[in-house]
Amino acid sequence: MRFDSLLDSVGRTPLVGLPRLSPSADVRLWAKLEDRNPTGSVKDRVALAMVVAAEKDGRLRPGCTILEPTSGNTGISLAMVARLRGYRLVCVLPENTSVERRQLLGMWGAEIVTSPAEGGSNEAVRVAKALAQEHPDWVLLYQYGNPANSDVHHDTTGPEILADLPEVTHVVAGLGTTGTLMGVGQFFRTARPEVRIVAAEPRYGELVYGLRNLDEGFVPELYDEALIDTRFSVGPRDAIRRVRELLDLEGIFAGISTGAVLHAALGEAARAVDARKQADIAVVVADGGWKYLSTGAFEGTVEEAEQRLHHQLWA
Amino acid sequence: MPVEVKVPTILRTYTDGEKAVTGTGGTLGEVLHDLDSRHAGIRERVVDGDAVRRFVNVYVNDEDVRFTGGLGTGVSDGDTVVILPAVAGG
Repeated sequence: MRFDSLLDSVGRTPLVGLPRLSPSADVRLWAKLEDRNPTGSVKDRVALAMVVAAEKDGRLRPGCTILEPTSGNTGISLAMVARLRGYRLVCVLPENTSVERRQLLGMWGAEIVTSPAEGGSNEAVRVAKALAQEHPDWVLLYQYGNPANSDVHHDTTGPEILADLPEVTHVVAGLGTTGTLMGVGQFFRTARPEVRIVAAEPRYGELVYGLRNLDEGFVPELYDEALIDTRFSVGPRDAIRRVRELLDLEGIFAGISTGAVLHAALGEAARAVDARKQADIAVVVADGGWKYLSTGAFEGTVEEAEQRLHHQLWA
Repeated sequence: MPVEVKVPTILRTYTDGEKAVTGTGGTLGEVLHDLDSRHAGIRERVVDGDAVRRFVNVYVNDEDVRFTGGLGTGVSDGDTVVILPAVAGG
């Protein structure tokens, strides 16, 4: 495959079978390898789409500063896109994210503002909104409410899955900004309404939920629960166990959130087996495991790894 | 039929600091009423009218109850209910 530039190579990722994790010939799992994007995550699609949309509507002009709250992947993707298109990037990153994310952001030239660990990404959003008020000339792309985030999945990720797997019965992906599932869900609601759209949401340690009151909770503006069929909360123990199984059985080295997605997908697979139904389940692998080596998720017992992840934002 | 209910940090003022408490009932709604009889006020923080509050997520055996019948979601002996504030990702 040949492309004119790196940005032209975003998307069109491989869909690979998981023959050893699939329970039977009738119930099969397929992994959509989003780690094959230029900076190694699904967010390359989103970053490029948000920048292109902001350029089109005139909000972004050469020399502008982009501001974004992000726990990592979106920031890394934006840093790459911003560098190639000539923008300055300021990321608001929670304190409890892996060191690799900071290193990668720095490599592509992003500036980092750190938000407190307590409250996780909710705090990063709050800090970014305050910074946007102080610097009205900065452009807050705001992945949680930017329609370009879900639109790109509606226009690319969803159709790619259907083209590679016309017999698809389920799509399972992680829920963070909700962009992947909102876009893919919207696409399948029209193209194949019988396809079941399943969300896997990481369940973190208590520190991340340490909010002062319940009204400070956060639901992304993009989220529309009518576009998904169900939503599972997956803790670090199951996520680590599954991400290691994916490595051991299928040779795929994925990020920890993929373990959570795989856990939900295997649950759906077991249900299909019990119901004696055929199923082809597409699993979105959001990123590779490289950025999580320092978290210790891949070392020692599952219990030890779970302890190490306790205060971290691992998805 | 007792079920375990895991309570987030911010609601432990209602449970004397306990991380998990036990409730009984055939549905999530009944369990929350039962909890409220011993931990007065807790239900009001989780429920608004006949639905779960917007910035709160409740899971029965790890599945979001908004997709399984809301407060009418059936529970049985040994099930686990988890209450969490909604958080961002990405």
